[in-house]
Amino acid sequence: MKRVKRRYLALQLEMDGVPSEKELLDVFWGSVVRFYGEVGASLTSMALISFDVSCKIVVVRVSLEALDSFRSSLACITNVAGKSASVHVLAVSGTIKALFAKLS
Amino acid sequence: MKRDFVDLHLLFVPKESQTLKNAIQRAAKFGYRYIAVPFSYEPTTEEIENLKNICKNVGIEPILRADLYPRSENELMNNLRRLRRKFDILCVFCDNKEISRQAAKDRRVDLLNFPNFDYRKRFFDRSEAELVRSGMAALEIDIKPLLILEGPARIRFLSCLRREIAIAKTFGVPLIVSSGVTEERYMRMPRDMASLSYLFGLNSVEALDAVSSNPLAIVLRNREKLDSSFIAPGIRVVREGGEL
Repeated sequence: MKRVKRRYLALQLEMDGVPSEKELLDVFWGSVVRFYGEVGASLTSMALISFDVSCKIVVVRVSLEALDSFRSSLACITNVAGKSASVHVLAVSGTIKALFAKLS
Repeated sequence: MKRDFVDLHLLFVPKESQTLKNAIQRAAKFGYRYIAVPFSYEPTTEEIENLKNICKNVGIEPILRADLYPRSENELMNNLRRLRRKFDILCVFCDNKEISRQAAKDRRVDLLNFPNFDYRKRFFDRSEAELVRSGMAALEIDIKPLLILEGPARIRFLSCLRREIAIAKTFGVPLIVSSGVTEERYMRMPRDMASLSYLFGLNSVEALDAVSSNPLAIVLRNREKLDSSFIAPGIRVVREGGEL
């Protein structure tokens, strides 16, 4: 069976206040579903890896095939938990270790 | 090869110094190398110097851009004649078909932009693309409507963009993706902006070109033309001799 390739994304959240992990995931899923529908969202295989509350850096994992579509739907986020917000992709990597190396 | 990213359409008012400064600082933080803040009037030397100073402090190169909103063909021609040699980039906002056709034909026009919120006024069709190909212009697409529109309006906008992109690709019209934002919170990193192009049918290389090499090529071409040593494409004065 063909191995599923994944990418890890470090995201910078820009907003006032800190959302909960659930609110954050709801926004990510909501944005992907809005643009690509439920089938498209299921293809992303998105999972939250970590959320650093102090510097508002989120690490998520998505499948490589859905990376472009996931990035484009992230760029369209303008609201998180009812507050004005934006999400920027700081780094993309194939392993968590390399991702944190890029961030540091 | 490292790309130099360009945002040709930061729609901040040049007179509001603090807002402009914050936006430019943010653009620098995001990794842009060149930005253009459009003037819709003839700026004073002070305003240009102010813009250059703000950009210089954060390590960004400013591009002088004028946005033209002509109401008739005559007004367009007058504006082009008056402003061409004063700005690096001239963009025409095409509000009706006559103006869009005239702007597409004119080699002094660098960018064509169409109303974002009224799809009936987006006149970029096959005839327009054919005229643009014979001229020197590029099609500019602002991403701001993608961020602020919702529901059916955004769907219609995306559908228009996808049709226009397909036509532009068929006729080899260069594409420029700009932010077109008036508020800082809508500013996006260059690669995020490129990823938004994925929504309307550009692949990753084309999308990155639309925010880097395509706009930069226009700016460099025009700067070369505005240089005093320029004679014709490929010909420039290297040295002036004395009398024989």
